[in-house]
Amino acid sequence: MDMTVAKKKLGLKERYAVMTRGLDWTPSYQKMEDIYPYIAYEGIKIHDWDKWEDPFRLTMDAYWKYQAEKERKLYSVLDAYTQNNGHLNVTDARYLNTVKLFLSGISPLEYVAHRGFAHAGRQFPGPGPRVACLMQSLDEIRHAQTQVHAVSNYNKYYNGMHDFHHAHDRVWFLSVPKSFFDDAITAGPFEFMVSIGFSFEYVLTNLLFVPFVSGAAYNGDMAAMTFGFSAQSDEARHMTLGLEVIKFILEQDPDNVPIVQRWIDKWTWRGYRVLTLVAMMMDYMLPKRTMSWKESWEIYFEENGGALFKDLARYGIKMPKCAEQIALEKDHLSHQAWSTFYNYAAAANFHTWMPDEDEMEWLSSKYPNSFDKHYRPRYEFWREQAAKGNRFYNKTLPMLCQTCQIPMIFTEPGDATKTCYREVDYKNEKYHFCSDYCKEIFEHEPEKYVQAWLPVHQIYQGNCFPEGTDPTVEGFDPLAKVLEYYHLEHGRDNLDFDISEDKKNFAEWRGQATKNV
Amino acid sequence: MSTVFLALQTNEETRPIIEAILQDNPSAVVDEQPAMVKINADGRLVVRRQTIEEITGRDYDLQELQVNMITMSGNLDQTDDEITLFWKA
Ligand SMILES: [Fe+2]
Ligand SMILES: [Fe+2]
Repeated sequence: MDMTVAKKKLGLKERYAVMTRGLDWTPSYQKMEDIYPYIAYEGIKIHDWDKWEDPFRLTMDAYWKYQAEKERKLYSVLDAYTQNNGHLNVTDARYLNTVKLFLSGISPLEYVAHRGFAHAGRQFPGPGPRVACLMQSLDEIRHAQTQVHAVSNYNKYYNGMHDFHHAHDRVWFLSVPKSFFDDAITAGPFEFMVSIGFSFEYVLTNLLFVPFVSGAAYNGDMAAMTFGFSAQSDEARHMTLGLEVIKFILEQDPDNVPIVQRWIDKWTWRGYRVLTLVAMMMDYMLPKRTMSWKESWEIYFEENGGALFKDLARYGIKMPKCAEQIALEKDHLSHQAWSTFYNYAAAANFHTWMPDEDEMEWLSSKYPNSFDKHYRPRYEFWREQAAKGNRFYNKTLPMLCQTCQIPMIFTEPGDATKTCYREVDYKNEKYHFCSDYCKEIFEHEPEKYVQAWLPVHQIYQGNCFPEGTDPTVEGFDPLAKVLEYYHLEHGRDNLDFDISEDKKNFAEWRGQATKNV
Repeated sequence: MSTVFLALQTNEETRPIIEAILQDNPSAVVDEQPAMVKINADGRLVVRRQTIEEITGRDYDLQELQVNMITMSGNLDQTDDEITLFWKA
């Protein structure tokens, strides 16, 4: 007779050991350097891969279980939201432009993150980081999919979202987030982990997702709030992976410290420049504000990042120097960005507008050192002009920074009246930069950044028109052709919010929802 | 000591967890934000399985917290009995 012996369930630590390191093996007939070809060239020295351990000690079986639960929750909320015409509950139709910015600017990055972590995971010889990268890679494709699903409901009613992925690869300002991630996934596996895993996920993610998600919650967007929270629930794990990887690399060999420091400096700045879009979203695009960009920078970077770098000091890692310049820019960043998008509203896939009087007051109170002095007069002038029928649409293309690809809109640190402008001569060509930090990044890796696909250059070279376009014909309108190439319809997907179909439709539909017709 | 924090979604599943955290961490301060509860603590924060089980009257697996977490700050360590967030400096 068989005896059933009650087996003791394994504890978390033992289960983790069995399900990660326990599944690994040492190759016998292939050389390690052939299996892991990218692991040495960045100069990072690892002596013992087993020293890396996921502090959550999550194993694949538990991973599937909890991820399935997250999906079930998310989709039941999305169904309820759609069934109840939830889109009519947002504060006002201007809010939808946040959704457009998110879908075309951020969601495609989730997909690239999925590819990046799959690639990095494949390259690491250690089973610990390999399993953690696999999980993150799966998380990221889930984020891309759930965001597309959640926003597809808005796409049935509002403009500008219909071909977000096509836009992401072409529209001028979307090259900023796109090139940021392309830069990261074309680096080696260790730099990728420091750039996305650590600098982006650990240091900057709270500045990206928390404002978007709480902004959605504040503005009645239950769909975005729910996918946001669902994605965020993976984020604690991502942050932990980022921090553990950094500590692991630093503990393995003192020679790794200067390499890692350079990457942290570079990627903090690169990530911060991308957050320009978030700064303007927080200060201008949410009809109901959560907190200002400046406040969120102070809480999540200065306070929180301060604690982090204090903790990393024991490895010899210092707070990136660029933090000083970012502190000087925090009174100006969102205003300079919104002014630019107001100017280029004819060439974007979302609408812009001038803040109303109450919003101007809010901006003055949040930015007492800069708003009334530098930005209010500008806005009042533009508002006056618009009232006279001269709403200004800038049709001259701006010069772009070779590194971050943002137009040269930023002012000198400490002097908001002077445009910041740097240049470098490299192999008989001139390259332009928005800042000392973007210039330094270029100078360290010029062969990488000379290859940048700069939208403005590409338009001028004739590469952004639909096939068969003849720019020499009489009355050729380059902007019209560029919009066609972007798959955007002039007068519907672009221009000022005030004259938009979105505004008109939203008012009409909301009226129908609250009155008997 | 620097602040560590844990942010959880506001819902019925997290209510007893937040209660447990406040019970176990005298320095913990709750900051309620739209749809989110952020708990700040001085240098160290512990989530204890046993306290949660005492409050809810059922078995609890700390890995369930994966579903409701939003963000955190600090180094982390998780065992069957505790999740700890901490700064060393
Ligand atoms: Fe993600
Ligand atoms: Fe730049």
